[in-house]
Amino acid sequence: MDVTWIPGDADLVVIIVALAAIGGGAFALLRRPGGGQQPPSAPPAAPPTAEPGAEQPEAAAVEEAPAEEAEPARAAPEAPESRLARLRSRLSGGFGATLLSIFSRDSLSQDDWDELEETLLAADVGAASTDVLLEDLRARLKAEPEAEPIALLRQALLDVVDPTLDRSLDLTGAEGMPATAVVVGVNGVGKTTTVGKLARVLVAEDKTVVLGAADTFRAAAADQLETWGSRVGVPVVRSDREGADPASVAFEAAQAGKDQGLDVVLVDTAGRLQNKAGLMDELGKIVRVVSKVSPPSEVLLVLDATTGQNGLTQARVFGEVAPLTGIVLTKLDGTARGGIVVAVQRELGVPVKFIGLGEGEDDLAPFDAEQFVDGLLGR
Amino acid sequence: MFANLSDRLTETFKSLRGKGRLTEADIDGTIREIRRALLDADVAVPVVRSFTAAIRERTLGSEVSGALNPGQQVVKIVHEELIAVLGGEQRPLTLAKHGPTVIMLAGLQGAGKTTFAGKLAHHLKAQGQTPILVAADLQRPNAVTQLKVVGERAGVPVFAPEAGVTREDERPHGDPVEVARRGLREAQDKQHTVVIVDTAGRLGVDAELMKQAGDIRKAIDPHEVLFVIDAMIGQDAVATAQAFQEGVDFTGVVLSKLDGDARGGAALSVAQVTGRPIMFASVGEKLDDIEVFHPDRMASRILDMGDILTLIEQAEQKFDQAEAERMAGKMQRGEDFTFTDFLAQMQQLKNMGSMKKMLGMLPGMGAMRDQIDNLDERELVRTEAIIQSMTPLERDNPKVLNGSRRARIAAGSGMTVADVNSLVKRFEDAQRMMKAMAKGGGMPGMPGMGGPGGFGGLPGGKKSKGKQAPQRKVKGKSGNPAKRAQQEQQARARAAGEKPAAPAGSAFGLGAPAPQEDIDPAQLQADLGKYLRR
Repeated sequence: MDVTWIPGDADLVVIIVALAAIGGGAFALLRRPGGGQQPPSAPPAAPPTAEPGAEQPEAAAVEEAPAEEAEPARAAPEAPESRLARLRSRLSGGFGATLLSIFSRDSLSQDDWDELEETLLAADVGAASTDVLLEDLRARLKAEPEAEPIALLRQALLDVVDPTLDRSLDLTGAEGMPATAVVVGVNGVGKTTTVGKLARVLVAEDKTVVLGAADTFRAAAADQLETWGSRVGVPVVRSDREGADPASVAFEAAQAGKDQGLDVVLVDTAGRLQNKAGLMDELGKIVRVVSKVSPPSEVLLVLDATTGQNGLTQARVFGEVAPLTGIVLTKLDGTARGGIVVAVQRELGVPVKFIGLGEGEDDLAPFDAEQFVDGLLGR
Repeated sequence: MFANLSDRLTETFKSLRGKGRLTEADIDGTIREIRRALLDADVAVPVVRSFTAAIRERTLGSEVSGALNPGQQVVKIVHEELIAVLGGEQRPLTLAKHGPTVIMLAGLQGAGKTTFAGKLAHHLKAQGQTPILVAADLQRPNAVTQLKVVGERAGVPVFAPEAGVTREDERPHGDPVEVARRGLREAQDKQHTVVIVDTAGRLGVDAELMKQAGDIRKAIDPHEVLFVIDAMIGQDAVATAQAFQEGVDFTGVVLSKLDGDARGGAALSVAQVTGRPIMFASVGEKLDDIEVFHPDRMASRILDMGDILTLIEQAEQKFDQAEAERMAGKMQRGEDFTFTDFLAQMQQLKNMGSMKKMLGMLPGMGAMRDQIDNLDERELVRTEAIIQSMTPLERDNPKVLNGSRRARIAAGSGMTVADVNSLVKRFEDAQRMMKAMAKGGGMPGMPGMGGPGGFGGLPGGKKSKGKQAPQRKVKGKSGNPAKRAQQEQQARARAAGEKPAAPAGSAFGLGAPAPQEDIDPAQLQADLGKYLRR
């Protein structure tokens, strides 16, 4: 389409401003009969969504003293195999079974390819990533006609997820400085719970931790984090009133970490939709302010496994404000398969570092690419 | 930014423009693009399959043959089909004839049930009902507290006999079924007309919690069971919706977090798979951020066709009413648009957030995507600087800007005289356009704006800001035969397709007796159309 008639960017600006004037004018005209019936704007917002971290009571009952929490065997999510087995059985139910039935046929017909594609799509892998994966598989099949298709697909998936990536948390601060980590995400994905569980893991690794409750927006967020803090035995820096500047809370947390010579400062932030410019600016401010003490060595995006293709946008936009170093994929214990991970990693190169497998406090497991892919393939 | 469906379809049809007829092979390409667009919008795979099959059938029929611009025709068909599925079963909330109306909320964790409970209570209260909220979520820490806060903000009583879990390590106690039942009795005693029961979020696969929800449903026999689902959800939407349909047999759907930028294909999946109507959209964090669901807007959103109504609403929220009134008055009186107005508008625009984002919402901007991407938002700042370097006299009377004044302004704003000149020149063009609009009530030469994929019209629209605007108004046709044919076709498509689509918006706006919105979308759309088309 020929668009050379647009002389320059500036023109666009003028036109938009004029259009806005027209739009604004149009409204006023329309509304005039109504005479300012604008509903009074409501008081600041209800806490948007539930933080999904209802704790399993059993687990809580077992643990009494915070000292016990530090016992590595307990807190470092042990036995991820069994959890992954659970995960695998669930994943393989749909995905793996279909794949097996497809690959057990001798040659792949167009229908088989279509089915393969739909299976990948149904796991939220996304259209673009699915195309690439299938293209890759086709090439591999051509190169090695003798090879087992399923092994090739496993390899193709593995290449995207890349097991060689370093998925450990980089929490070594500069000399004498605490390492800082900021946890971000949209509403209702489980940020506060993730911070609590992460603190547990870190304490188990003999690190000294302070939590910053920079979610000053949702009614009970700070309380929830404080509960986690008291259980794991780490201090929580919070504001004494609701609606305080989250950046100042984050700064105080980082400062406290520095003054007390602690190892790690974990900052929990309020959930925000990535298209709310004001809230994203606020997040930028949090990161900037924390950087004054010690630049965040980890910015973790919490993604809900049920999230569809919007997850990619989330990762991209949050990444623009606060360069992401990793993803925590939560709620993998439902029927969702979290295939968006594949798309995010392919497009943005941000690896998944942890997965949330349930509501129990030890249900935060390190992400294992091979096991994840094997799980997908039903092996 | 991804190219939207209109752009891609146009690309698909590029080679066949002028052929006039669609062959089966052409349609294959189209279907592929539609399929891709739906998948990118998170519509579930089986739904996409059946949906595209329906589209193929319709496009292969006589409707498209003979069309001059088949791309737009196809988009129109897809759009109509989407609206049909999304709005097929629209209805208002069922209210009980006597006794309290019982509404139960169910959904996944983090979908936004508690927040929505407050909004719904607020919404119903505005309609003269006397709602009561019942806190039957005893599972999530502080859920009861949250509901109390929400209820207080909405000015609605909350029935919460059980405190629920207030600390992380507490064991859930209390029987939510009993709480729901007592809540209902409380409502009957206190003569509340609506009871809204907030239940615990649960996973579709959690049989125990699902059974509990089923028990609550049995105990209180609700008139409406609303299933709250996150607009961001992906392919899992179908499984989740089916699980909840089996578990609690919901009667309506609420789409939450629609203020995000997810395309919300889940809406289509859920509507298609369960056949239940989507009744409300939850669009923000404030209590009055609740909307009745508009299938036509949702269809545009799923197809990424731009959403002029949303843009307008957003503008309305952010724009200073007084300023808008002043502008409107000015336009009516036929006064000139001055730099003072320009500056005021620009500052308002800045309040609305990213310009790129906003432009992206305008339909037909696809062709300009490159320009938009390259748009330097600082240009706005520079323009502002130039205007701020003018004296009030100069702002109100750009005609007095002689050479020495321009030189001063350039020095004052750190720009060159050429920059100032070009701004003044462009401003005059814009001024002329505004004048023409105020007079004619239409935007000259902006034919494409209203229609799906109005790219063809935009070049004209663009030029219309310039000197050609008045001319064009008279001629109304392009000199280029190909373009003219396209314009005519668009005009025809609009005449045929757009008109019925517009009222459909409000017809489905099932806003219960009194829609809470204070603008009637139909009126808005019609009047706006005046500005956007002719």
